Amino acid sequence: DAKTTVQPPDAKMDPVTPQKSATTYNNFYEFGTGKTDPSEYAGTLKTRPWEVVVDGEVGKPMTFGIEDLLKFPLEERIYRLRCVEAWSMVIPWVGFPLAEVLKRVEPTGAAKYVAFRTLHDPAQMPGQRLGVLNWPYTEGLRLDEAMHPLAILAVGMYGDVLPNQNGAPIRLVVPWKYGFKSIKSVVRITLTKDQPPTAWNRSQPFEYGFYANVNPDVDHPRWSQANERRVGDFFRRKTLAFNGYGEEVASLYSGMDLRKYF
Amino acid sequence: MATGIRQTVSAALMSRWAKPAVFVAALLPMAWTFWLAGTGGLGAEPIAEGVRQTGLWALRFLLIALAVTPLRQLTRVPALARFRRMIGLFAFAYALLHVLTYVGIDQFFDWAAVWKDIVKRPYITVGMGAFVILTALAATSTNGMVKRLGGRRWRALHKTVFAAGLAGCFHYVMLVKGWQIPPFVYLAVFAGLVALRLAWASPWRIAVRAGRQPIFSRSGGD
Repeated sequence: DAKTTVQPPDAKMDPVTPQKSATTYNNFYEFGTGKTDPSEYAGTLKTRPWEVVVDGEVGKPMTFGIEDLLKFPLEERIYRLRCVEAWSMVIPWVGFPLAEVLKRVEPTGAAKYVAFRTLHDPAQMPGQRLGVLNWPYTEGLRLDEAMHPLAILAVGMYGDVLPNQNGAPIRLVVPWKYGFKSIKSVVRITLTKDQPPTAWNRSQPFEYGFYANVNPDVDHPRWSQANERRVGDFFRRKTLAFNGYGEEVASLYSGMDLRKYF
Repeated sequence: MATGIRQTVSAALMSRWAKPAVFVAALLPMAWTFWLAGTGGLGAEPIAEGVRQTGLWALRFLLIALAVTPLRQLTRVPALARFRRMIGLFAFAYALLHVLTYVGIDQFFDWAAVWKDIVKRPYITVGMGAFVILTALAATSTNGMVKRLGGRRWRALHKTVFAAGLAGCFHYVMLVKGWQIPPFVYLAVFAGLVALRLAWASPWRIAVRAGRQPIFSRSGGD
């Protein structure tokens, strides 16, 4: 029942990634660090009931049940997804703009950033028993990034309900940033005055910046970001600045040194 | 190990079929990986998985090769030594396959990108270092090369296998994201194998073997 909006681009250049690849090749360390671990082990995650608390620098803090969130008008967004590990996919998400939720809670003038948090429950997410990262997984955006119409909360993909391994029941999708920014299985969204700590940045600050915009000119210490392999392709392709969404989002960063704020 | 069992195992290891059997067994991971690659069994990113699997097997064979001597000493089965060179060469073969997959398939012979990787990314620098060492050791692995280099120089050169082992383990530790257990398991196995050799070569051990009180000198050992 999702209304389709045409997001990208040349369908010949960017065919949608096979659903099987998108649901069996995942980074979701809460279920193990192997690429197929999430699809094999995420069955332990219980996505009902589910609540998302939205609080912080807001006029009207709210707690949304997943049923409430599913009432937002859903639309399909076909986005490129670029992982920091230099692979990429094209995924048809089903969701709604994050801005819709943020507007409901009425951010105060002091709100400058938005912090996100994944569920923390080792019984449901066995990977949290290991110290791969400081659990729970946290992420953050500047408020203007979060309000950008391309930033969505997804509840589905490929016209179906979001599979557990892809971040059910609700996840962030920020297509112009590396995939790790698009936090999965969100339980809390907090508007803050200060830049919030984020999981990968806390773990290895020299490798993972707060902004993490897709940028072929700024190398990750372990992976060249100049090119990427689209999952299913043989040859690598050049990586696009802002993952190809520069026209829409580059103005958010005008005047910023993106080598420093990587 | 009980004498009877030791004799049986030794006889089996000395049989004319032992080396071909080990050779075929060592080829199985390669055959399995090729089979998976040909049947879509390597998952959504078969190239990345191929690079990963060949690298893991290179490291495994390197650790097995390093385990031969301690195992021979612990079990007192000298026949194990017959297999050390072959296993070491398989470590090199898998490492070669790993590098070829990375250079030829993953990067599709983009030499500029490969060179940038080698100089800019410490985990690749370290991995390439291990590969260079293994190449030198494979090239000097023949009886003829032992003669040509002379026993002492040959042994000194082949001691660098420990540098290759350490570099291989660190290559793995450095390339994973966050704190993951598996690379540290490999590193711990490597450290254990080195510790066994040091323990075996210690003055205390030498003294025990010689049936004397500990002497705190290594001279006069074996």
